[in-house]
Amino acid sequence: MTETARIDKKLDTIPKLLLDHARRRGNSPANRHKDLGFWQSWTWSEVAEEVRNLACGLAKLGFKRGDKLAVIGDNRPRLYWSMVAAQALGGIPVPLYQDSVAEEMVYVLENSDAKFAIVQNQEQTDKLLEIKDRLPHLEYICYEEPRGMRDYTQEFVFYYKDVQQTGRAFHGENPDYFLQELEQGQGSDISIFLYTSGTTGKPKGVVLTADNLIITARNSIDFDNLTSDEEVLAYLPMAWVGDNIFSLAQAYVIGFCVNCPENPETVMTDLKEIGPTYYFAPPAIYETVLTKVMIRMEDAGKIKRSMFNYFMELAKSVGIRILDGKAVSFSEKLLYSIGQILVYGPLRNNLGLSRTRLAYTAGEAIGPEIFEFFRSLGINIKQLYGQTEASVFICAQPDGQVKADTVGTAYPGVELRLADNNEVFYRSPGVFHSYYKNPESTADTKDAEGWVATGDAGFFDEDGHLKIIDRAKDVGRMTDGSMFAPKYIENKLKFFPFIKEAVAFGDEKDYATAFICIDIEAVGNWAERRNLAYSGYTDLSARDEVYDLLQECVESVNADLARDEKLSGSQIKRYLLLHKELDADDGELTRTRKVRRRIVAEKYAVLITALDDPQQTHCEIDSQMTFEDGRTGNVHADLQIRESVRIKSHVHTLAA
Amino acid sequence: MERKIGETLLSVDHISLSFGGVKALTDISFSIREKEVFAIIGPNGAGKTSMLNVINGFYHPQEGEITYKGVHRKQMRSHEAAVQGIARTFQNVALFKGMSTLDNIMTGRIIRMKRNIFWQAMYLGPARKEEMENREFVEDIIDFLEIQAIRRTPVGRLPYGLQKRVELGRALAMEPELLLLDEPMAGMNIEEKQDMCRFILDVNDQYGTTIALIEHDMGVVMDISDRVVVLDYGKKLADGSPDEVRANQDVIDAYLGVPH
Repeated sequence: MTETARIDKKLDTIPKLLLDHARRRGNSPANRHKDLGFWQSWTWSEVAEEVRNLACGLAKLGFKRGDKLAVIGDNRPRLYWSMVAAQALGGIPVPLYQDSVAEEMVYVLENSDAKFAIVQNQEQTDKLLEIKDRLPHLEYICYEEPRGMRDYTQEFVFYYKDVQQTGRAFHGENPDYFLQELEQGQGSDISIFLYTSGTTGKPKGVVLTADNLIITARNSIDFDNLTSDEEVLAYLPMAWVGDNIFSLAQAYVIGFCVNCPENPETVMTDLKEIGPTYYFAPPAIYETVLTKVMIRMEDAGKIKRSMFNYFMELAKSVGIRILDGKAVSFSEKLLYSIGQILVYGPLRNNLGLSRTRLAYTAGEAIGPEIFEFFRSLGINIKQLYGQTEASVFICAQPDGQVKADTVGTAYPGVELRLADNNEVFYRSPGVFHSYYKNPESTADTKDAEGWVATGDAGFFDEDGHLKIIDRAKDVGRMTDGSMFAPKYIENKLKFFPFIKEAVAFGDEKDYATAFICIDIEAVGNWAERRNLAYSGYTDLSARDEVYDLLQECVESVNADLARDEKLSGSQIKRYLLLHKELDADDGELTRTRKVRRRIVAEKYAVLITALDDPQQTHCEIDSQMTFEDGRTGNVHADLQIRESVRIKSHVHTLAA
Repeated sequence: MERKIGETLLSVDHISLSFGGVKALTDISFSIREKEVFAIIGPNGAGKTSMLNVINGFYHPQEGEITYKGVHRKQMRSHEAAVQGIARTFQNVALFKGMSTLDNIMTGRIIRMKRNIFWQAMYLGPARKEEMENREFVEDIIDFLEIQAIRRTPVGRLPYGLQKRVELGRALAMEPELLLLDEPMAGMNIEEKQDMCRFILDVNDQYGTTIALIEHDMGVVMDISDRVVVLDYGKKLADGSPDEVRANQDVIDAYLGVPH
């Protein structure tokens, strides 16, 4: 059974947990923040006092039960305390993304009826002042950093410490007020509003209760054996649900220390200084780290480089087996420990991951070689699958069962279900209360029994791990009935450094086809090393040698797909290399570099027809492209179409 | 809201400077008042940097008199200027390239350190305390200039815009009363210029430092200065508020040229 049953009734809100830690481990550090070059720290009892003073100060200004407090800024202890202070008074914190422009903040502030705002600095204050006329509910703005704020004489703008000062006096006069308010709080109270970034339409305010966050945090602490000795670095946006779990709920439940970087630019240095034991980062960050290491190793001396290559090769087989608790021979163990001294240890230290016992990634598919790199160094990096609506956790990989291409098994307390179209549904103690002021969307997403639609399609592999393949609405069927998940195939292709973009087609077709855009840097580099002269993108991508190179990539993706019975039918049969890069200026990509499938399909309809016709080996195309200066031009190309080998399904091979 | 612009802090009277037969400055007089942002502008070779060099004692004028904080002098001496609270930055960044940002700014504190080299080398007792106090001051500057991320980076590896910022930091470390900036925005892109403007105004506002700067970029000067003096061929063309100077026919001629 999960923690749900065992939850201590009295400790059912974040502020109650705070007071409990202040009592039990009053002298242990709760927060650190690097300021003026040094790590300043606060113990749990100091945090409790800071929160009390702030809460009393807010109460004095008229903050009441149910009022909303907007919180805007980088990860700072004082901003985290603001959220807890609001919760202590029965109010609701609403963290906003700090890099939003003022215009984007209007909607969230208006929709949430924020009455108070606590912001980091002058920059954020200016944004709010710019839009305050349009926000009838917003009454007070409180800033944390006084720099540059001397000339702000508006009577509704306050300095954080002044508010705490009034709070201290207020507490002196009403010594019982804070505790009384705090104790009225219950697990079923609304704890926070988190606005989802909303790729389509307006952002939605996800309402989470204290139970949602605390029960989820308790389950996750059990799942990963987190202790009060963990050290984490809070550097991802406070408005993101993950930060609320990793840097707030988990810390307040188990009592570990949360460290805030000096500022966003110093994160890498601060990471090295803190050496977190538990770490979360999106795949892009791991990717950047790996690229940096590889580039620096390219520049290293010959001895160092060959030492690095030798030991990394060793780590790939031995390190991962050690991490997964599998058998390792004595000599392998010995070599690995030499590698530990010469390579792995110094490298981990350099990356700030010396003490990292557990690392998570989520959000996007992560390349297998990135995954492998960190795991072979002995860093237990795992994937999880989550949503704001689930208070993060839906699936995660249990220790010892980690694979690069799944998101793991159902999280403790989470029930999973697949619909007929393979859409993933879940039900858990973390399931959100509602979308704020949006009953239609709530009803669309969550049914009466509490099942929530994720919008993602997936299936379970032979070990019961969930594989997320695509957005449910993008998943199609091929004429033989097998499933076609374009993004899944495209991601697999894009893991190859030679492939920049890929677009797969197959819905209602006899076989799957693909457009591939080469990565001009990687392929260009490859061509240079082979003395292959080329005049530009179009020329290079039409080369037979390049086609041969890419053929290998496509066929290894096919081999990969063949391993899944459900996806085996969607192996790529025919493909071509596009003569130009897909470009946001031509409307083929969104500004965040996501392929606009429909536009690409319309624009290159000729090519798709040719791919679909098994007789054609060539196709001519004229297409328009926009140059960087805004002029447009026509590109003519004669594209070669290649067939790739498809492998019979793994299951069938075994049978044969 | 109003910044307090006070009494005259420094005035130069009838300054003339020549190098052999070349007249760099001819009969220049102006005064800089406490807590103001004062700009010296002019076309290339107008004598702007020479003027700054005269103020901080790097050049010694043949004629004229400099009055700083009520003391009349025929000429300033560099070390005297530094001790008296005049700090400057250079047109071509003059930092210790191999040293970190932090160490570079610390060098600006040397003038404020009282313990002798022996105590400092031993890092004992009072010297240690002094070092800590100074480090604290320097950290404030690093925070102020938002250069925390490069605290430990050797300045030689930094881009130009950041080097300029470090140099400003070192000048600030001297806790100057008068800060001379020689083309603080030269070679910067728009964004770096905006940042630098903000820092200059913030220094003026927060530390109450009087600032005299040389600048080419007219737009920048007009936006941030309280008063402007215009030099051309070593002579003073105009002196006054940005609006007055902008309307002055001599200035327009010097900058835009005159029909011949």
